[in-house]
Amino acid sequence: MTFETPTEPGTARRTRRARSANSLTRSSGLGLGIALTWFSLLVLIPLALIVIQSIDGGWETFRLTLTNPQTVSALRLTVEQSLIVTLINVVMGTLIAWVLVRDDFPGKQLLEVVIDIPFALPTIVAGLVLLSLYGPTSPLGINVANTERSVFLALLFVTLPFIARTVQPVLLELDRDVEEAAASLGASRFVTLRRIILPALAPAIAAGAALSFARGISEYGSLVLLSGNLPNKTEVASVRILTYIENGNEAAAASVAVLLLLVALLAITILQIITSRVARRG
Amino acid sequence: MGIEIQGINKNFGDFVALDDINLSIPTGRLTALLGPSGGGKSTLLRIIAGLESADSGVVEIEGIDATHLPAQKRNVGFVFQHYAAFKHMSVAKNIAFGLEIRKKPKAEIAAKVDELLKLVHLSQFAHRLPSQLSGGQRQRMALARALAIEPTVLLLDEPFGALDAKVRKELRDWLRRLHDEVHVTTVFVTHDQEEALEVADTIVVINEGRIEQVGSPDDLYDKPASEFVLSFLGPVTRLRGELVRPHDIFLSRSEIPSAVAGTISRFTRIGFEARFDVTPADGSEPVIVEMTRNEALSEDLKPGDAVWLKHVTGIPATR
Amino acid sequence: MASSRVQPKTAGTYVRRVIVIAYLFFLVVWPVSLVVKHTFDGGFGNITTALSDPVVTDALRLTVYVAIWAVVINTVFGIGVSLLLVRYEFPGRSVLSALIDLPLAVSPVVVGLALLLAYGGTNGLFGPFLNSIGFQVAFATPGIILATAFVSLPLVIRELVPTLQEIGTDQEQAARSLGAGPWATFRRITLPSIKWALVYGVVLSLARSLGEFGAVKVISGNIAQQTQTATLVVEQKYQDFEQETAYATSFLLTLIAIAALVVITILRPKDKSDGN
Repeated sequence: MTFETPTEPGTARRTRRARSANSLTRSSGLGLGIALTWFSLLVLIPLALIVIQSIDGGWETFRLTLTNPQTVSALRLTVEQSLIVTLINVVMGTLIAWVLVRDDFPGKQLLEVVIDIPFALPTIVAGLVLLSLYGPTSPLGINVANTERSVFLALLFVTLPFIARTVQPVLLELDRDVEEAAASLGASRFVTLRRIILPALAPAIAAGAALSFARGISEYGSLVLLSGNLPNKTEVASVRILTYIENGNEAAAASVAVLLLLVALLAITILQIITSRVARRG
Repeated sequence: MGIEIQGINKNFGDFVALDDINLSIPTGRLTALLGPSGGGKSTLLRIIAGLESADSGVVEIEGIDATHLPAQKRNVGFVFQHYAAFKHMSVAKNIAFGLEIRKKPKAEIAAKVDELLKLVHLSQFAHRLPSQLSGGQRQRMALARALAIEPTVLLLDEPFGALDAKVRKELRDWLRRLHDEVHVTTVFVTHDQEEALEVADTIVVINEGRIEQVGSPDDLYDKPASEFVLSFLGPVTRLRGELVRPHDIFLSRSEIPSAVAGTISRFTRIGFEARFDVTPADGSEPVIVEMTRNEALSEDLKPGDAVWLKHVTGIPATR
Repeated sequence: MASSRVQPKTAGTYVRRVIVIAYLFFLVVWPVSLVVKHTFDGGFGNITTALSDPVVTDALRLTVYVAIWAVVINTVFGIGVSLLLVRYEFPGRSVLSALIDLPLAVSPVVVGLALLLAYGGTNGLFGPFLNSIGFQVAFATPGIILATAFVSLPLVIRELVPTLQEIGTDQEQAARSLGAGPWATFRRITLPSIKWALVYGVVLSLARSLGEFGAVKVISGNIAQQTQTATLVVEQKYQDFEQETAYATSFLLTLIAIAALVVITILRPKDKSDGN
């Protein structure tokens, strides 16, 4: 599984290959029409309806929902924990990528599989999995179930691959010559890391962090069994939305959902900006 | 003084990269390490730079034992085949890097960077990113970056290897002129004999981990120590079983005593050069003979003509 | 030359290695292995109990059915969109390319809500109309397929786009010059070159589709033996104190996920995992 920052079609490799894109033919135009229709029906229109619904309910619904103490508390918990987890991922994800690329030991291939497990495992199972080591029957005697820590742990688990997998391919491509050049110019290992390697990895780390944060604030499945969804304590934004839906209050649900949607849009915008920046750097 | 290399050995697993290398590289000169790919010349250069460590042996740089010094402490400038540009830094920042590491005052760095940008003709590109430069410009930037630290020695690893033929030739002349200005002890690795002959003061021919010969370009060309050196430095052909240069064979229409008799089987013109394939009368492999176009025309030589061939080493090349 | 540049191993190398292995062990390996252990606490009993429960088997059947539909839809859509994005120039291309990633960043619950607002039987934008022609989407299988297709939508495209860019158009143009039509060119030149990336994307989509929970929970209505998928069964069984069944079902899902990962790891080009 790679979360390689996708090279924006057409820009990244333009230098190497002559521009090969054509303008649309009749059949490809038809294909584009079908694809856009499907994409609109599946993704764009439904998501737009959330925005419309949240506006439809009027400013008052929006204000009331977002000042509701339980909602505020859920949003604060979600954002706080996602930020903390993303910060940890910045360090651990980069370290994991480093070990995967630069180190070599028997069983390294196995780690490759292990890192992707959180991505491939159904989220509800992820919750169950964490519950078995960090729940009431923990063989370690650590029980985080129904506490704030459970949210932290679940997010740490599900966001594990993001930064590691975005940084890994960049680190692989990084020219060893560049580090040697820095060394021959007198830079210590630490200075080389700080001034040469990390700046080269920074876009990938930022892209991974954006994905990790977006995933964190939108997480639901892994928390269901683990956090107990206790109002004002372990309830996250997604659960709050679900509660509103189950109570038939779609307007309020949409108000919270719009916030999450904005963060998601922000995340992919950051991703897009980073991608085109990197493409320009060559 | 200069660079003293004694008893250097280096193995990669079972592969012997360098076998007991002893070499003195003089101060202030331009020295080429010449040889085929995989012969060990790059490894030797990287050992001098401290980017690779030898299994045994000693490296002294200007009288200082550098054998166990890390690359950071050797004060060598190193230029890589593929530029090794710091992609996220501007050209000026790239050049300033080594000076910033040395914590030089800002004003001094700025002045030095300016001076170097002028030297490598990149002043107008100071604020560009490396990706916005051509290959030749990138390599000039890399050279300026290496020169900025005022290195004791400048090492270049196939510096023009990634460039196309025309740029390569330009940079080669430019490096020669630059060296005449800067006079830093310079060692460069190349597998291109023309490049070595044209640029270097001294050539070290390295093959299969051993030094074949050390000498001036003229020495190597005129007095090769082995068939390998002879054949690596220019075209060769066999005359009576002996390896000789095609342009060192005298071709005559009239019989010469003790010369090899044969028939011209093929005639090729390459610009100002004329090349004849001559099949000896005894039926052995064709001998290649080269001369200038004018010589060939004045003799009116053509395929089928009977000719006699004689090696002319020792005869002054003033014909 | 400079053939082997083995980075010398320092103390730091080992410290980093130990930290990473320990972190992954406590966060992933140990917890996952406990699920396997719990499943086989009483031998194969838990598995057979689970597989003889019609609620579980119906859910598994529905999950596989839905996943296959979602993967087929995403594969066709993915190939088409990837080709359009890489090979053609049209206004709004970069916007489309960015929006394609949106499903990766949107909360599953928000996805469920969005689909409900569009396809809900009474209040949805299209729901009442579709109901009137006898096509129920929300709280029925089509809704579950939509939700699953939504969340796994970008996965095929994210694999295909870089590969299509990498292979360029030289071979395709050569084929065209030799007289191959567009379809023959695609089938005999393009498809074989993107084959592995496609398989990779399909396996990823399949794993993601089998495991979707939040979006399906909202749109499906979670009715046992009708619209309840495997992941919903895990939740219900766990909360109904049938933990053995929950573990056994989870084990099956874990097995599929890990099998998918092993396939992917085998398919991953070797140059990606062993340096330059």
